Order: sequence, then structure tokens, then C-alpha cells
Amino acid sequence: MRRLAALLLLLPLAGLAAGVGEYVKLPGGAFRTALKYEDRTGPTRIAPFEMMRTPVSNARFLAFVRKHPQWRRDRVASVMAEPRYLSHWAGATTLGDAVRPEQPVVQVSWFAAQAYCEAEGARLPTWDEWEYAAAADETRRDARRDPRWRERILSWYSRPSNAALQRVGLQAPNAYGVQDLHGLVWEWTEDASALMIAEDNRNQGDADNARFCGAGALSMDDRDNYAVLMRVAMLSSLGARDTTANMGFRCVKDLP
Amino acid sequence: MSKLLATLLGLLLALACTPASAAQLPKDSVYALPLPLVDQDGRAFDWRERRGKAQLVSMFYTSCQYICPLIVDSGKAIERQLSASERARLGLLLISMDPARDTPAALAKVATQRKLDATRWTLARPRPQDVRSIAGLLGIRYRLLEDGEFNHTSALVLLDAEGRIIARTERMGSRPDPEFLAAVKRALATD
Repeated sequence: MRRLAALLLLLPLAGLAAGVGEYVKLPGGAFRTALKYEDRTGPTRIAPFEMMRTPVSNARFLAFVRKHPQWRRDRVASVMAEPRYLSHWAGATTLGDAVRPEQPVVQVSWFAAQAYCEAEGARLPTWDEWEYAAAADETRRDARRDPRWRERILSWYSRPSNAALQRVGLQAPNAYGVQDLHGLVWEWTEDASALMIAEDNRNQGDADNARFCGAGALSMDDRDNYAVLMRVAMLSSLGARDTTANMGFRCVKDLP
Repeated sequence: MSKLLATLLGLLLALACTPASAAQLPKDSVYALPLPLVDQDGRAFDWRERRGKAQLVSMFYTSCQYICPLIVDSGKAIERQLSASERARLGLLLISMDPARDTPAALAKVATQRKLDATRWTLARPRPQDVRSIAGLLGIRYRLLEDGEFNHTSALVLLDAEGRIIARTERMGSRPDPEFLAAVKRALATD
């Protein structure tokens, strides 16, 4: 009976799922990052690319794992995924009742996210691409100066993270047609391990220089942009095999 | 009779040639990642061929002026503390994070300049698409800077014969990290 109810609940999703997994085109161009790179002056050039409209869902990741069994949680190399990898699923190839197919997949390592995108003929976005796409709100390609928009993002960060995740694709698309960049999950980037800031942001000025070769450490150019700061702090604190309960991902493709 | 002998010999050879490589890789082995490399002599190989022998692994790039020479120093410092037989049982593998510029010739130049014994030291470049994955496995962070230099963390990683990471140090230079050295000696003693 409970199973039937669950099935009935899933039915309307068939229609909703239409936008899931689709890619939308982003034009690229000159973009001014909220980060401060000692080595970079002037805006960053972003080449045109396509980005998944929504983060990868449990249903899609399950299909991937079934097709590539080396990424099942009971078979994965432990150097590429820590023990919590997909630990919220009921089994190695079953989601179970507590996990909805259209929720974003979480508890995925960088290696697993990378492998998923590669299997799609795609790749993970670079940090630059992700930040560029996420600068937009529903109507503007760059809404970052708007205090109300920042408030909205921050109100998500202040929500407890133990509440159930919403389905992907429920939020209104941004100016590029991309959804859920804020307000749902953190997302891996291809170059997550390039974001090298001190673990403790209060020590930005006196980072342990011996840990890094040469100059070019990161700091924030736009200190009011906490949303970006928190993303960077998150990514720079994770190793490639780490997973968390609210870390997901989406893929991108180059445009010719 | 000689035919039977040949068959038997063949069988024995086949058995002898099915060592560790056929056995299943432990789940915590970095050799889960297939990694095609080209060394300082232009020879192509996969790092999984290194299975069977403990390895000291790090990442570097040849045009680096500051820390990368220290990475070589660190490897040499460890070597100096080993007996001849211990040295013979350890492989040293430096993987470039700058495959675009680190051609075999560039790698060979460093090997010659630094007088690295080619029977133990391998300097190698990966495919560009593999650099982040290797770095992820070894816990090394890096970013390519506008001027072509890299900002990166440095580490020496000790792999056992099965490719499991058993020790790691971020202390670079000609004075070896004592705990790390002890781990190297232990690995070579039990191998």
C-alpha cells in the first residue's frame, strides 16, 4: 500500500522530468569574478558552453551506476569515494523509500561526478563557468550587486541542512535558463582543488605560505558576496574522494 | 617427450608470469586509476605497471624555480638514508602537472642536471585530462597561473607494493621528515 502511494506520488514527475538532464546554452564573454586572484588582472574570458539545466538527479545517477558497476557503492575504489559515498541510498542499486528519484544526487565524490560527466560526453564545469552562470537571477545575467538577491541566497544558507532536499527543477530558471544554482545543493567543479584558500578564512592575510608554491593564492575581491565565499570555502576544504549530504553536481559541454 | 617437456615448461612459465598483476587490486589502491604516462626517455607506460614495488610519488613541473627542486631534494634526502638494498626496492616517480610543456626532453634535462639514477627515478608526463585526477588521489591542490607558473601544494606520498597510500609528508627539503622516513623503512622491510 505504501509502495502504491509512493508510485502514485511519482506519476506527475514524468512530465516534470522533461527538463531534467537537458543542456542550455550560455554565451560566455568577459566576466568579473568575486574572487581576487593575485595573478589575474582584468575580467576572465568565458568561452560559450552548455550547462545542464538542473543538477544530476538520483534517478539519473542510479542509471549511471547500473551501467558502470565500478561506481556502485559496494564496488567503488575507496581512493575515489569515501565510505559515505551514496550511503543514503537503500542499496547499491536501489534508492529505497527515503530517497526520491528527482531529488539531486548527493554523497558523490569528485571522482564519481567526473566519471558521470565523462560518460555523458561532458565534463564538470570550471569554477569560472559555475560562478558566471550563478551570477544571474531570473531576469539579469549579473544580479550580484542587488542586496535583495544576495539576501535570498543567504536565507537558503541559513536553513538547516537536515531537511529533505527538494526535487531538481522546482526553482525558476535564471536568465540563461539554468535552475537550482542556488538554494538546493553545493556543486562540484572540475577545478575544485584549484581553489586554495586558507581553511580558516579569518586567516586570509597570513596563510601558511609554505603550503603553496609561488604567489597567486586566492582571497575575496568582493567581501559582501558571502554566497560565493561560502562556496569557495566549501570546495577548498574538500578532497576529491570526499562526499557530503548536500554536495551534488551538474555537467557542462564545450560549444564549437 | 621433448614436446611434453616444452608444454610443461610453457605451463610453468605461464604460472610464473601470473603474479600479483592477475590478483585483484585492493580497493584502497591508487592503481584503480588507469594512468598512461610517458617518461624522460619517451617510453610510454601505465603507472599500474609499478605494482609490486613500493613507490615514492610526487607531482612537480620542470620550469618551477622554487619548490619543485625541493621536491627532488626531498626524494634524494630519503634515498640517502636508505641502505643499498633498501634503495633498490624503492621506485621514485615524479609526475608532471604541466604536461603541455614537460616533454620527455624537458624531463630528461632535469634528470641529468639533478643526477637522478634512472634505475630508480622516473620523471613522467600524464595526459592533460588526467592531471586533476592524479592530484586528487595524492591530495595535491594546484592552479595554473596567468604567467604559466603553478600555485600548488607539495607532498611526498609513499605507496606500498599494492599502490596503497601508507604515508605522506608535506615537509620538503634536504632534511627528511623523520616519521615519513620511518614509514619508508618499514615499507621496505616488510616488502
